[in-house]
Amino acid sequence: MQPLEMSAVDLVAALRQGDITAVESATVFLDRIEATNGSINAFLAVDREGALARAADIDARRKAGKPVGPLAGLPVALKDVLCTSDMPTTCASKMLEGFRPPYDADVVARLRRADAVFLGKTNMDEFAMGGSNENSAFGPVRNPWDLSRTPGGSSGGSAACVAGDMAPVAIGSDTGGSIRQPAGLCGITGLKPTYGRVSRRGLIAFASSLDQIGPMARSAADCALIMETIAGHDPGDSTSLAVDVPRYTDLLDRPLAGVRIGRVPEHFAAGLDPEVAKGVEEAFAVLMAAGATVHDVQLPHAKYGIPTYYLVAPCEASSNLARYDGAHYGHRCKDLGQRTAGHTGGFESPLVEMYCRSRAEGFGPEVKRRIMLGTYALSAGYYEAYYAKALRVRRLIRQDYLDAFQTVDLIGGPVSATPAFKLGEKTDDPLAMYLVDLYTVGTNLAGVGGISFPCGFTKSGLPIGFQLQAPPLAEPLLLQAADRFQRLTDWHRRRPQAVGVAKT
Amino acid sequence: MSTTAPYTTIIGLEVHVQLMTRTKLFCGCSTKFGGAPNTQVCPTCLGLPGSLPVMNRRAFDLALRAALALECTIAPFTKWDRKNYFYPDLPKGYQISQFDLPFSSDGFLEVVDPKGAFEPCRVGIVRVHLEEDAGKSMHDEAAGTGDTRIDLNRAGTPLCEIVTQPDLRSPQDARAWLNELKLLLVYLGVSDCNMQEGSLRVDANVNLHIPQPDGRIAKTPIVEIKNMNSFRSVERALTYEAARQWEDWQATKAEMGKTPKQTRGWDDPAGITRAQRHKEESSDYRYFPEPDLVPVTVSQQQIASIRGEMGEPPVSLRKTLAAKWNIPAYDADVLVNQGRELVDYFEDLATRVGEGKVASNWMQQDVLRILNETNGTVSDFTVRPEGLADLIGRIKKGDFDTSRAREIFAEMVTSGRPVDNVVAGMGIAAVSDDDVISLCRELLAANPKIVADVKSGKEQAAAGLIGQAKKKNANVNPGKVRAVCIDLIRGME
Ligand SMILES: [Zn+2]
Repeated sequence: MQPLEMSAVDLVAALRQGDITAVESATVFLDRIEATNGSINAFLAVDREGALARAADIDARRKAGKPVGPLAGLPVALKDVLCTSDMPTTCASKMLEGFRPPYDADVVARLRRADAVFLGKTNMDEFAMGGSNENSAFGPVRNPWDLSRTPGGSSGGSAACVAGDMAPVAIGSDTGGSIRQPAGLCGITGLKPTYGRVSRRGLIAFASSLDQIGPMARSAADCALIMETIAGHDPGDSTSLAVDVPRYTDLLDRPLAGVRIGRVPEHFAAGLDPEVAKGVEEAFAVLMAAGATVHDVQLPHAKYGIPTYYLVAPCEASSNLARYDGAHYGHRCKDLGQRTAGHTGGFESPLVEMYCRSRAEGFGPEVKRRIMLGTYALSAGYYEAYYAKALRVRRLIRQDYLDAFQTVDLIGGPVSATPAFKLGEKTDDPLAMYLVDLYTVGTNLAGVGGISFPCGFTKSGLPIGFQLQAPPLAEPLLLQAADRFQRLTDWHRRRPQAVGVAKT
Repeated sequence: MSTTAPYTTIIGLEVHVQLMTRTKLFCGCSTKFGGAPNTQVCPTCLGLPGSLPVMNRRAFDLALRAALALECTIAPFTKWDRKNYFYPDLPKGYQISQFDLPFSSDGFLEVVDPKGAFEPCRVGIVRVHLEEDAGKSMHDEAAGTGDTRIDLNRAGTPLCEIVTQPDLRSPQDARAWLNELKLLLVYLGVSDCNMQEGSLRVDANVNLHIPQPDGRIAKTPIVEIKNMNSFRSVERALTYEAARQWEDWQATKAEMGKTPKQTRGWDDPAGITRAQRHKEESSDYRYFPEPDLVPVTVSQQQIASIRGEMGEPPVSLRKTLAAKWNIPAYDADVLVNQGRELVDYFEDLATRVGEGKVASNWMQQDVLRILNETNGTVSDFTVRPEGLADLIGRIKKGDFDTSRAREIFAEMVTSGRPVDNVVAGMGIAAVSDDDVISLCRELLAANPKIVADVKSGKEQAAAGLIGQAKKKNANVNPGKVRAVCIDLIRGME
């Protein structure tokens, strides 16, 4: 088997056994990226030189009998929201174009210590705000299953590069569904861990209380492998959980017998695409055949998920993004003060002019929209009606989940209401775009974990995603259930035709 | 407070003190003052993308100590909030502070004058909270370009904000109260309260209550005064501002509520306050809970352990000292106001001397006088309590009188030598003439070369004998040894 087709687990084993070198493996993926990124636009930066040097170093150490990390030689793509000291980090924004952080994100440092090989930085919605990857300042990502369609977002580049065989594994971030929804639309597996399971240090913040980093790969087993490296307590992130990291890969192969899976009837109400509904129902059947039982559960406040999310997230974002002001780093307007003396061009001071014009030029329209939403909702006189109320509803939503998990072990359902939609289809309708997060925001608001994996295809050949959500820190069960499903199905093994199947 | 003024001055203070931590509030950078610009910074205090804060527990504990000493109620649960505003010295675009759930509230600090120059003045504390400092903007006026330079060394330094009730009634009271607050915080080891280095900053809110003929009290608009860089400036600024408001009232009859709260800056050289731009006080800071930090809980055990390490605050230490050493309240006040180290010195001295009042007199009349003259601190003071106790003991023994002792003391201070040595050096323990002559004879016999040199006219060669003489008898007077030796050599001719 060639590296392009191998699972991350198999590739790590092949590297360990010497069946393939890290340089060979990196080269194959780098060549694949070179051949296909032009049509997919999954990568914003590719570090061929760095990756090959790193791979050569790992090969040399292995050859010399020196210790190597658990992921030695495994190529990994990083969403461009993660700080990397050796590659630019832009958040797909003009605001940070060319920005190079002086430090690695905790996740990046952990992967480096595990001897993963970074291929490059993946495209995304600007500052992780969006569900279609069309909000990137550097062009949309195309879905490898149909180049006229979106890969989803905001981790669209990470999803598309795995689906398009440009990387066996990618790291994404999920604030309202940004790992699970693109994983669903691209036919791959993506895990959004429990809030605090993976350190956020070095993850450029969108909404701090919702953001969580997770793995995106072809299978649950591959996600389990990556979680063993990236999860864990970080004293540098106050919200990181000081809880031991289980050996996720050892906990996969357990029967599902007796596992109770909840099904939320409202998930199947109007708006759900019939083909998606069918795929999801069939997935429930597979899980039942594996021994799980399915029960209806209620999430009474789920209907407030989208409005709650679109208050909490923009409020935090409006503050998190205040630092991009042109004063210290990032984009600064180039022609400040180019006016006749005595005229400030309507700005009350040169400082205010720098702020306004740098931010007006540096941020894209969706980012500006959310900054304005959040600024408004936090303003004196509106705080109680919007932000404070959203926090109260958020607590109710979390309580819904905790209550439901008294009677079931997992909650299953669709990831998104429709398969991948056409590029441009929703760009003029922000509210329609916000609804793509309908089934995913609850997980983030509740701070629990969720996984998305393929459970079928539409007649036109687009992947359909299935989502499982679990109580806090129940990642082993999420991975176990998804892995069991993948042992019984082969949806996750299908490769897209659009950009050519990997040659054997 | 003046009883003749036709109004009452109402003053409340907002004091920011920098906590004495080695590192900043949310990162590991040094808080040391005076470093080259932007050398004590990291991704967190630079506000770089992806950076996160982690609370410095030491800072929190110091702030707790201050709040407990100010008799505040400690909240069992407190959280952090973001105060959002744009400014170049605030790299994140928000300051991490505490808004609606400060860690402590509702305390007081009383100041009493032992001489009775003013009434005891008890000032309520509305709240004490913790927050991070901003950096420093330096407007480069000299370059003529209007450039602003930013130094972020200070950004993230822990600050304790202490907000008082409007309980002060005169600029003099405000100054006295600030002195007491500073003394307390220094005693607690919470802050060095160095205003020059910005580790203590004061803003004052002031207005006038003016009784009207109909019995109503008219209140002038509250003015917040900023930019006062010493307690003396605070007193002057408040005095000026009260007078200004009185004039303004007489001219306009403008009352509180009809105009927004005004901010005025104190111009120390000019001795006046000036109105500052309006927009700064109309900002909406959009406070909301800081999602990057977890709430802090404080247990009774933690409070007990902080209390345990607090030491005695000045207010009770004054009473303790007066009672324990039987010294007047005035003496105890002077001693305590000089700080913990001086009190320790005094207690050590008093223990050795056995008489508090004698020790106190020496402290007040001699030690403090010299410290003031030399601008020194007691920790650097050359005469330690055992040396001074020794001197005082010798007075009691009748070795010399107090005025002679003062001379000896002055010499001890400058030379750093003990009493005996100084006494000897001053020729006080006299060596008899016979002893000097026989000593010189010995020296001359042992040093024929020096004798020859002096004979040949080089009298300075005799200096070589003095060191040897001092070794044989430390009490000999060097000038006398020299004269005797030269006389004896001349006598040999
Ligand atoms: Zn720092």
